[in-house]
Parts: sequence; structure tokens; C-alpha cells
Amino acid sequence: MRHVAARILGGSAALTATAALALALGVDSGNAVADDVLTRTVWACDHRKQVVVEGVAPDAKLDPARAQLVADILSDLMRYCEEEITAEVGLDQRITIRANGKVYERWTPGAPIPTLRVSFGEPTDREKAIWQAELDKLVKEGDRLFHSDEVGKNGVACAMCHPNASNTHPETYPKFQTQLKKVVQLRDMVNWCIQNPLEGTPLAADDAKMQALESYILAQRKGVALEIGKH
Amino acid sequence: MYRNDMTRKEIERAFAERSPDDERLIRSLENCDRRHFLSVSMKFFGMAAAASIVPAHAFTLVNVANAAEGGAPPFRFAYVSDTHLYAKGMDHRFAKAAIKAVEDVNALDPQPDFVLFGGDLAQLGKPDELALGQQILKGLKAPVRMMVGEHDWYLDLGEKWKSMFGDDHYSFDHKGVHFVVLNSVVEKDFWTAKGYSNEERMAIVSGLDDSRQSPFEVGEPQRDWLAKDLAKVDKNTPLIVFSHSPLYKLYRGWNFWTDDAEQVQAILKPFKTVSVIHGHTHQLLTNRIGNIHFHGMLSTAWPWPYAPKGLPEYTVQMYRPDPFNQLDGCGNGTVDVIAGGRVNKNYSLWSRNPRIVTAKELEGKSLPGGGYKGPSY
Repeated sequence: MRHVAARILGGSAALTATAALALALGVDSGNAVADDVLTRTVWACDHRKQVVVEGVAPDAKLDPARAQLVADILSDLMRYCEEEITAEVGLDQRITIRANGKVYERWTPGAPIPTLRVSFGEPTDREKAIWQAELDKLVKEGDRLFHSDEVGKNGVACAMCHPNASNTHPETYPKFQTQLKKVVQLRDMVNWCIQNPLEGTPLAADDAKMQALESYILAQRKGVALEIGKH
Repeated sequence: MYRNDMTRKEIERAFAERSPDDERLIRSLENCDRRHFLSVSMKFFGMAAAASIVPAHAFTLVNVANAAEGGAPPFRFAYVSDTHLYAKGMDHRFAKAAIKAVEDVNALDPQPDFVLFGGDLAQLGKPDELALGQQILKGLKAPVRMMVGEHDWYLDLGEKWKSMFGDDHYSFDHKGVHFVVLNSVVEKDFWTAKGYSNEERMAIVSGLDDSRQSPFEVGEPQRDWLAKDLAKVDKNTPLIVFSHSPLYKLYRGWNFWTDDAEQVQAILKPFKTVSVIHGHTHQLLTNRIGNIHFHGMLSTAWPWPYAPKGLPEYTVQMYRPDPFNQLDGCGNGTVDVIAGGRVNKNYSLWSRNPRIVTAKELEGKSLPGGGYKGPSY
């Protein structure tokens, strides 16, 4: 399951949203704004996002600090293009956010920054397309590096021995690599190849190039059963 | 004459243990007729048994016996293929491997009648790479016959290669066999419309798994030339064709493939005895389609994995090479042309026992121990 997280920053009271995997918090039904409280509603240009400011008459002008807060909130909420989101700025300065009619978080200035669930249930096609595009970007970069002479120093590229990443069998790692006399991960063999046939410098495990190479290699074996330790 | 299906170890042992009598026997084989052959082969059988070499049929010297019965005399040529040289000096790993192949071939005694170079001398078709290759191949004692590969061709569409080595397709006759050398790596223009530079075109073609390129083909002009060339040749004359890509359709994804293979095979079909020796696939690879036997050549630079599908029933796969050993899965080899013009194909693997695929083995429906058992990678 995938969630869109909204983070509310304490100091500036600005609300920033990031697309990320997040811990799900409980969802409650929430309390709607009381009938007797005056509210001023500001809509975003897409007519899907609105900020409801409590304690301000519907036609009253917002003071500059509140106007800035509303603008910050709306610009953050605009990242959720397809969602209908309401942010309520309460009399007590707490901000309540509702998506598609459901409350999903409240935040009080000074409290820990919450991680919020936005997409209830199944991810949307659009979300899936975005995640796939992000993954494809990494795999594509790995594909480029795998076929490039820039990983090593002698002109040799990974794909020269491993077209379509064949004969890399990433699904068999970790395994006891007999030639190295120890259990290794795929990245250890990638580094071995970089240092030997490619006569290059090994990459750190968290090096963006290593991450891309591993992603490309694994992507070529999608659907293949894990057979850790297989020789 | 020791080259049947003996392992290298067996051959070394047999030589090490031979007595002066055996020595005379071996020498007497040089001019051996059928009757004499039978007698000496029986003696060899005894020698083999005495040396505990099993199986003893390794010594039966089929080639010599057949040759004595008429038809084309047996001879041997050697091959070196797919050196993929970078212009990075003689110390580069691929240059050292190519030099090793030259030394191997020069050590053959007797020397082969000629050496076929199977294509992909250079990695990126650069003049410096081709020049380095030419310099290394000049070290060969036997005459060299050149064939072009896609890595030699797509920087300048063969301009430099042809200026150095001559025509990309030609034929010649040798000891009763008609030889044809083809340029089978012709690709339909995929670059002009996309605006690729010469370097980009070369880089794309040099990527085995780069799907932006076109499939290999011999093409109509060369097919016409081939038909005309063969029109002069008697249909009983043994034919040996050299092509860089296999002249059949194995795996399109890696251009283990010739797109007009059926049309080329149709031109070869009327001939009684046809063998195709090809490069490009860097592995033990055997096939038979009708009367045509196909044999792949080893690369000196690196071994390719087997294609995920399409492997012929006639191929006995080699177990995947050890990446920690640069020489494993690589090598060069020889081709013994036996009586009648069929060939026994020898893979001289640098880090393993040699493997010989005989014409006789190819008479069956598949090779003993062969048959594709699913992806090897």
C-alpha cells in the first residue's frame, strides 16, 4: 500500500507535502466545523482544494499572516492533483486536513510532524504511473551505465559479457562465491567485475551508480524465483 | 592425428609415454594407405589400452582412413575470431588474448594451410583498432583469410577495413574445396532517419542487445553475387562458407541471426556438402539444417552466454565460464576438412579440454548429450 505524506513544518507553519512511502496513522471521523463559527473559504484554482479559516467572516479580508498561511497550504495541497482536499485552520491554530471527505490528520503547532495517509486503499493509476516512471528512470540509468565504458577504465562494459544482464543471476545472491571464499551480495560481484575485467574503481554500496546498476540487473530478472545461494 | 575426442590430458599422456617403437609407428602414418592404416590403428588400439586410455576409439584416426579412400585430400585450417581490440596498446587484456591466439596457431605442427580470421577484429571500428589487429595478425606464420564483423564495419561502413584487407566478400578454391567468404552483417539503414552520427551508429551496433539496430543480413547484391559465383561450381564440390553471423535464425534479440538466412540457404542447398563456419556468437555452437552443417567459432576476448531461446538441438552447451578466469570460455581452434569435404570442428578452449564436433556426430538427429534444456543463464 502506498500513502502520500503531508508534513506540516512547525516553525513557519508552512505545510509541505512529499510523495513517499509512509507509516500509516489511524484515521478518525473528525469533527466538522461548528455551525456557529464564521468561516472564510479560499479555493485553489483547480476547485478541488480549499482552505477554511475559522473565526473569519465569509467575505472578510484575511490578515497578511493568515493570508500567507493559506497560500502556503494551498500551494502544498496542489501537489495532490486529483484529490479533493480541505484544510481547516481552527481557532486554536490547529490545522485539520480532509481528503475526499475523510479527515486524515490534525496538527498542532509544536507537536511532532505527522506523516499522513492520503490515498485510502488501492493506489490510483496515476500514482502507479508516477512510481513506475521513477523506477524506470533508475533502471534506465542502470541500463546506460551497464552498456557504457564509463564504469571501468579499459573500454570494457558490463553488457559485453552480459547482454540483457544475462548470466548475472541476481536472484541467487547472497551466496557463497567460491572464488572469493565468502558469502557475497550481488553488488560485491558487480564490484569484482568493475575492478577486474573493467579495471575500474569499485563503487560504494550507496553510490548512485551502484544503485542504478543493481536496479537494472534486477529488473531484467523480474518474475524469476528467488533462489538464494544457488550455484 | 591425435585430435579426435581425446582430452588434452590424454594426448599429453599418450605422447609422454610413447616408446621408440610407437614413435616409428606414428611417423609411418604420414603416408598411410587403407590397409596399412588398419594395421597401425590396431597397434594404436593396443597402445591405448596399454596406457589405460579409455575410450580407445580416440585413436582410430578416422580422418586419415577416409582420406585414403579418395575424394578431396584432408587438410586443416585454423581460425582466430572476435578479438574486439581497443587501441589501448599490446598490454590491454584483449590484445594479449589475440596475441595468445596467434602464438597458439603458430605452435601448430604441421602448420594449417591457412588461418581464417572470423570478424570483429576491432571493438569500435576505429582505424587504430584495425591497425593494431593487423599488426597482431601479421605475426601468424600461415596465410590469413580475412572476414569482416559488425564491429569492424559501422564506423565508416567498411571503408577503412576494405582499404586494409580488401573485399568483404570473395571466394577461393583450396585442395578441391570451394570457399566463400561473406559479409553477413549488412544492416538496413536505421541511422539516417534518426540522425545518428557515425560514432553513435557504431556504438548502437556494437551493443549486442541494442534493439535500435536492424537485423543482420547478407542482402540482395551479395546473394546475387553468391548465386553467380556458385553457378560455376560443380554441385559435388564441397562448399565451405564463412560468415560472421550464423547463417540461420537463432535469436533475433542479440543478432544471433541472419535475416535472409532462408534465401542464402536456398542458394547453398543444391550442393551436396556444405559447411558454414561463423563467428559472432563466442561459444560452442553447432547446428545442421538439411545438408548444411553450421559451426560457431570461439572468441579470444570473451564468451557470450547462450541465448535465452532458439538454441539448436545439435548444440552441446559449454558450462558457463568462470568470470574469475579471463581465458575461460575463450580460445581459437582448427577445422579439419575430411574426405568428401565435410569438416570436424575443433574448439581449442584455453582453459578447458578441447572439444571436437565431428561431421559424423552431425549425421544424427541431434548431438549425443545435446538438445536445449532451457535458458542457460
